[in-house]
Formats: sequence, structure tokens, C-alpha cells
Amino acid sequence: MGLNLVMIFVAAVLTENAAFTYLLGMCPFISLSKSLRTASGMGAAVIFVITLTAIINWPIYHLILVPLNSELIYYIVFIIVIAGTVQLVEMIMEKFFPVLQAAFGIFLPLITVNCTVLAVSLFMVIKEYSYLQSVIYAFGIAVGWIIAIVIVAAINEKLELVGAMPKGMKGPGIIMVIAGILALSFLGFSGMV
Amino acid sequence: MAESKSVKTIMNGIWRDHPVFSMLLGICSALAVSNKIENAIAMGAGVTFVLLATGIIVSLLRKIIPRQVRMIVYMITIASFVIIVDRVLKAYFPEISDSIGPYVGLIITNCIIMGRAEGFYVANNLGQSFLDALSNGFAYTYTLVAVAAVRELLGFGTLLGFTVMPESMPRWVVMSMAPGAFFVLGTLIWITKTISGQTED
Repeated sequence: MGLNLVMIFVAAVLTENAAFTYLLGMCPFISLSKSLRTASGMGAAVIFVITLTAIINWPIYHLILVPLNSELIYYIVFIIVIAGTVQLVEMIMEKFFPVLQAAFGIFLPLITVNCTVLAVSLFMVIKEYSYLQSVIYAFGIAVGWIIAIVIVAAINEKLELVGAMPKGMKGPGIIMVIAGILALSFLGFSGMV
Repeated sequence: MAESKSVKTIMNGIWRDHPVFSMLLGICSALAVSNKIENAIAMGAGVTFVLLATGIIVSLLRKIIPRQVRMIVYMITIASFVIIVDRVLKAYFPEISDSIGPYVGLIITNCIIMGRAEGFYVANNLGQSFLDALSNGFAYTYTLVAVAAVRELLGFGTLLGFTVMPESMPRWVVMSMAPGAFFVLGTLIWITKTISGQTED
């Protein structure tokens, strides 16, 4: 059981990396990976929200929707839970942790449309994970995503020092290519778990 | 006057404010489902349908929806239509549904729809919103098909399932996987940015 959980975690971080294998959360990925600071701020907020929504969504799906035979509407339910969670987290942080709020508060509203969050909830249903497995999986996916965005942001920051680059390639174009090369290297992890 | 505004709306959608290339919206699905043309067409059609439906509903209800809860209203509207798309795909195109499965659900978080709802439909009438949805959906679809055409041709040697490359050509397996998606879309962005001259400083 313990080994199984470790495997799920490692798989979620490396071999099934959200950004490089499933291509999730690309919109914030492109716009935020310009500086290391914003990337890590966003990453911290994402870890928090993804794990929390998995903790909430699993019981809702398995204890409410399945017994009521209403799996059909789970898209609506999940997205409302996510939007609500984000709102709630924002309010709680504003009230009790103003320092934290100042650090990554601006990233919170953006998380609702980060598709990684919704994808984790959908995947945990498709993969039929148990409660504990789902939470570990969600945490792992979030860690994998933050690793990816931080690596790309760090490389991109160094690239600022390079002058010679085609004009059209600057910005999103080069981020795509960097991500592509990193995705190639992450392929090396496949078959590990 | 009215006609020139409509033309402007369409042109903005399909080229000037291209949702993928210049606004960088909806990248996730553009990358993830573009390994084969048929998947790209299915995804493009799905997004276009949801865009149209959301555009109609939001532009009709824009005076009734209170500002504070508009996001939630958009989300519920979008999610309801995505469920329809998901069901239709499952019923009529089970193979495509299997291969792009969870990404259909992710249309909900496709920022194109949210972005257009917040940026255009909420401030424009039904006709303009309809045109905007149509042109944005079309722009998104042709981008997906363009990426998919390159990836399918090099990765599988086929176009829409028909073999076009000779057997002797080695298949670029990497093109059908995640890295290929990044490289092809990155190159396309490079090309379109160079043509349109919208470069970053």
C-alpha cells in the first residue's frame, strides 16, 4: 500500500508530468514563465489549490453524485467547487495571512482557468483512484507542474542575456521550443514506474 | 457602417487578434489533441459549438446577469454545453472520444471561451457575438488542423488516416508525442509573428 502510493507520486511528478506529457496548464505556463519569482509564486498557489480541490471533489463525486446516479453533471459540479475553493482560499488568506496573500494572492484568480486543476479531478475519476491515492496523485501532479514551470522560467531568464534571436521567436515561440526540448528529456523517465 | 463593423469583427477573430497566436489562449488543447487531424477537427468543432452557444446566451442575458456573479454564470453555461459535446462525441464518434477523452472536459477551462465571454459577448449584441464566436472558432480550428497536419504527416505518415508518405520514410515518432506538439506550435507562432510583425520587445 505504502509502495503503491510512492509509485503514484513518482509517476505523477516525473513520468506523467502534467506540463510535459499531458500538456496541461499551458496558458499560465506561457505567460508566467518569464521570471523565476512569478513562476514559483504561481506554483505554490497551484500546489495548494490542486490538493485542496482533490480533497473536496473526491467525496462529492463518490459519496453524492454516484449514489444519486448524477455522474453526468460532474463537469459542472467540479468547476463550481474549484471556483468556490479559489474564492474561499482568497478570502481566508486576506483575513488571516496577509503576508501570504501579498506573495501569491494575485495568482489565485488565475488558477480557476488553469486546466491542470480541473484535469486532476477528471483524471482521478477516470483512473478510479481511492481517496488517499487521489490526494497523493493530485499533490504529485501539482509538484510536477511547478517543477516544469520553474525550470522553463529559469532557462528563459538566462535567455534574456542572449542578444541574437529571431524577432518573431522571442516570447512564446522560444518558450515552446524550450518546453519541447525539456519534454524530450522527460521522455527519458518513461518506463521508470 | 454595420457591415464594416461585422467585417472587422470577423477579421479580428481569424487573423488580427488570433486566439492562439496573438492572444495565446487555449494552448493546452491546441497542443494536446493535435496529434491527428480528425482529433483536431473534433476538438475544433466542439470548441466552436461551445463558443457559439455561450456567445448567444451571454449576449442575450448580458443585461440581466449581475456583474458580481458573472464568472460563475459563464462557467455554468460553458460546462453545460461541454457536457452536450462530450455526450455527442461518446455516442457518435466513440473512437475520437476515446483518444481525446478527458480533454473534451477541459474545454471548460479553455481560456478562449472565458476570454471572449468576458471581453466581447458581455458588451456586444447577438449578431456581433455570433460572428465573433464563429470567426474565433474557425481560427482555433484551422490552427489545430495546421498543427495536426504537420504532426500527423511526420509522425504517422498519413493525412486524415490516408497514407501519403512512402513506406521507406522513417516515422518521426516524437512528432506524435508531447515534444513534437511544442516544436510545431512554437515554429508556427514564430512564422505568424514574423508575418504579422507583432513582435515582443
